[in-house]
Amino acid sequence: MSETETRFQEELGTRDMPDPREAQAPHHEHPSAKEYIRIGVILAVLTALEVATYYVDVGGALVPTLIVLSIIKFALVVMWFMHLRFDSLTYARFFVMGLAGAATLYLIVLISFGVFLVE
Amino acid sequence: MADLAITTPSGTAPAHDEHATTTGLPNTKLAMWVFLASECMLFGALISTYVLYRGASDVGPYPEDVFDIPYTSVSSFVLLASSLTMVLALASAQKRDVSRMRLWLLATALLGLTFVGGQVYEFTTFYDEGLSISTNLFGTTFYVLTGFHGVHVTVGILMLLSLVGFSAADRLPDDAAFPVEMVGLYWHFVDIVWIIIFTVVYLIPTPAPAPV
Repeated sequence: MSETETRFQEELGTRDMPDPREAQAPHHEHPSAKEYIRIGVILAVLTALEVATYYVDVGGALVPTLIVLSIIKFALVVMWFMHLRFDSLTYARFFVMGLAGAATLYLIVLISFGVFLVE
Repeated sequence: MADLAITTPSGTAPAHDEHATTTGLPNTKLAMWVFLASECMLFGALISTYVLYRGASDVGPYPEDVFDIPYTSVSSFVLLASSLTMVLALASAQKRDVSRMRLWLLATALLGLTFVGGQVYEFTTFYDEGLSISTNLFGTTFYVLTGFHGVHVTVGILMLLSLVGFSAADRLPDDAAFPVEMVGLYWHFVDIVWIIIFTVVYLIPTPAPAPV
């Protein structure tokens, strides 16, 4: 290790930190074009299923089905197309924090609208 | 200290996206994820407002009077397809296949333009059918939510076209994968917001309006 490297790490107190270029690299290789296309086809099929619920009467299962399908689509895009499955967990933590913030916001609005008040 | 700030632990001059950071992660990418997290809050607020006011309009037109599900379904497929072309652009950039990368970026921008064009047409049709932003609660919450999303798609298209322009002018770094990935993150975020809007606004039936 050169003198400059030692001084740099002492200055930052990062003796145990990995080389940033290694840390910045994805944990795994990003998917190939074929895998992307496979995910794209799955997303198209799921969207077709969603649209099908508009024409086919599924009764009380309609809303849960639509919510589950959209959650699966959401997860597929975030995990594969946005690479959260392959990248550092730090990015995922920030994103989940945003989602949790949005859910909290919704809860606060529900409370302020008196949705949970018992008459 | 000055010389330390521009030196990576390996002693080499840092590349464009290769600064030493305390997290060991590129600041730009981290900032993009923080930005997307804040965008979750923005769209969370808009979607919450739409959901809270569902079926609360006193006067029509109501969603079932104006929505054209087959038409919006095609728009949804178009936006999903644009996410696929975006990742294919990234895959090409990672292989340093610049011409194919530009082609996929242009395809993504075109699909985005098709989506926005469809949204403009939809808004015009709804307006002609008597639904303006001030007609009722449905009009207000619908136009604000989908309008904000449309603006985000438009900004994404501008970013994509800028990437193509920079690439054509040879102003992208040799490894163009990083800027393409950053724009891609934003583009996919716009797509996942639409996944929720399509389900919540268009597909889940609105409760019948309360009798006056």
